[in-house]
Amino acid sequence: MSASILQDKQETLLEVEELCTYFPIRSGVMQRESGQVKAVDGVSFQVRRGESFGIVGESGCGKSTTGRSLLRLIEPTAGKVRFDGKDITGMESGSLRTLRRDMQMIFQDPFASLNPRHRISKILEEPLIVHGIGKAAQRRERVAKVLETVGLSAWQLERYPHQFSGGQRQRIAIARALMLEPKLIVADEPVSALDVSIQSQILNLMQDLREQMGLTYVFIAHDLSVVKHFCERVAVMYLGRIVELGDKRSLYGQPKHPYTQALLSSVPSPNPGAVSERIILQGEVPSPANAPAGCVFHTRCPQAMDICRQERPVLKSVSQGHQTACHLYS
Amino acid sequence: MGSNLLEIHNLHTHFVTERGVIPAVDGVDLIIRKGEIVGVVGESGCGKSVTSLSVMRLLPQPPGKYAGGEIRFKGEELIKAREKRMKQIRGNEISMIFQEPMTSLNPLLTIGEQIIETLRVHMPIGKKDATNRAIEMLKKVGIARAESIVRSYPHQLSGGMRQRVMIAIALCCEPELLIADEPTTALDVTIQAQILDLMKKLNRDMGTAIMMITHDLGVVAEICERVVVMYAGKVVEEGAVRDIFANPRHPYTQGLIRSIPKMDEEQSRLYSIPGQVPKPGSITEGCRFAPRCEHVMDICKSKLPELISGANPAHRSRCWLNTTQEVAN
Repeated sequence: MSASILQDKQETLLEVEELCTYFPIRSGVMQRESGQVKAVDGVSFQVRRGESFGIVGESGCGKSTTGRSLLRLIEPTAGKVRFDGKDITGMESGSLRTLRRDMQMIFQDPFASLNPRHRISKILEEPLIVHGIGKAAQRRERVAKVLETVGLSAWQLERYPHQFSGGQRQRIAIARALMLEPKLIVADEPVSALDVSIQSQILNLMQDLREQMGLTYVFIAHDLSVVKHFCERVAVMYLGRIVELGDKRSLYGQPKHPYTQALLSSVPSPNPGAVSERIILQGEVPSPANAPAGCVFHTRCPQAMDICRQERPVLKSVSQGHQTACHLYS
Repeated sequence: MGSNLLEIHNLHTHFVTERGVIPAVDGVDLIIRKGEIVGVVGESGCGKSVTSLSVMRLLPQPPGKYAGGEIRFKGEELIKAREKRMKQIRGNEISMIFQEPMTSLNPLLTIGEQIIETLRVHMPIGKKDATNRAIEMLKKVGIARAESIVRSYPHQLSGGMRQRVMIAIALCCEPELLIADEPTTALDVTIQAQILDLMKKLNRDMGTAIMMITHDLGVVAEICERVVVMYAGKVVEEGAVRDIFANPRHPYTQGLIRSIPKMDEEQSRLYSIPGQVPKPGSITEGCRFAPRCEHVMDICKSKLPELISGANPAHRSRCWLNTTQEVAN
């Protein structure tokens, strides 16, 4: 890697500050608001230019809502998101649309995210038309070029999504995200619907594209081994909050938060000889509509103390580039 | 070999469609012994689920068709068994659990009613005894407050709890074989760990043999003793889990093991098997894996290799590479 890229890496592309996204719970005949689901509750992190930043957690932890709130596909309730120096949380829809050229999204299910009635050529050309880029001939040229970048050929352009396999469809979804030459791609579970042998093809493709095009990824997934492979830094979420954040070597090597420790020990190892000290968590994740007071993990934590029930821990540095929100370390 | 619980010989299960016959299961041999946990792994469309549904005779006919081979459960031929006999076997001697516990539970009946129904279909038992047995069963699968859960409906439970209930229903008649089709795929890792732990414990305590259908090699390494690897309707390799992970013989198994990111090592790039999983029935000649295989030879394209063992008789694979190597040695 050249020195200039290393230097670029220090630069922050995305800055998230105390992001909160709450959904109202309505009940009764009048549909009055009777409570809130705190899907994302005070999340802060920074993503450097050119890195892959992973967000892991179990279902309902708020990782997907975080991803969508970053692009304002869901309106955040509070907090700030700064992208490339610009505050996008207060931005009007006109300037937001211009900025969305630089921020794209890839979804989990390539069967649901591509319009079944449109040919691939139309699916890929649409972002260019929406943003008024190029003339028809130039657009077609760009479509063919991007399709080739993701490993498909121009003769497949006039086909419909159902004529492709899951892996190919995910390649098309990636191509669509690349059409506008974005700086940031938020990928929400991009490989979890794919077979193992196809999953590695897509991960390799995304890695190649990052090097070729200088992309930055926010990579959201529940599969801890995939995130470890793909990302440099990782945030672990539980019930709407980041409980631990750090360089992957230090986070996977010396997990600090009891939840991260349990999560990592739960992953079945594809190595039958490995004797693992498994921490099996008791119970289930509490409802985010009624999150426990203090540390949200205290109801399942094997090391819970009195303070955990009362006071919410904040993210604190435990070592170079490694933070955790846990009273054990304060 | 008197302890074989389930023996599948040369099973062919086809789907007859307007576009032609699709051989989803294309000559599968599989043996499950009493009390063992056998993993059946493969990617989508390899025929692993159709094999298990064939054992339960749960495929609608048409379009499903048993085109050949035999399935013997404790010596009894199931393909030709009458439907009345199959009803006695299902849920009583062989049980099945599925990936999505919400769609396999009846949303209009309480958890208790569903367990009691299974019990009373298969054994002469009064309502009160059945209720007690249902509560006992829920406790056995690790459900706290079983007395009140018996009265609740499926939608009131979480995914992990529903899968525990499914396991309770499946095991309430103490079957000798449990077929689990991707039982933890829809669950979170910490809940998956709980369920796998439970299945291991029930296997140990009740001696139930388990046929574990999964795409996750981690799950196989975790709880299975033997594993059968399937590709495009055929078994390509089988053996003890330890042998297969340490020394995979078929290039497909090798590729599969190499493609998964490992937690305990760093790879700058993942290995990936080129090409795509073939549609069932699209390859009819030679080795089904030949178009994606790195070591493909001329013979692979024209002639299907047999499933044969090397020095270790329990470790068999279906690859010309292995046969020619042995001939050469």
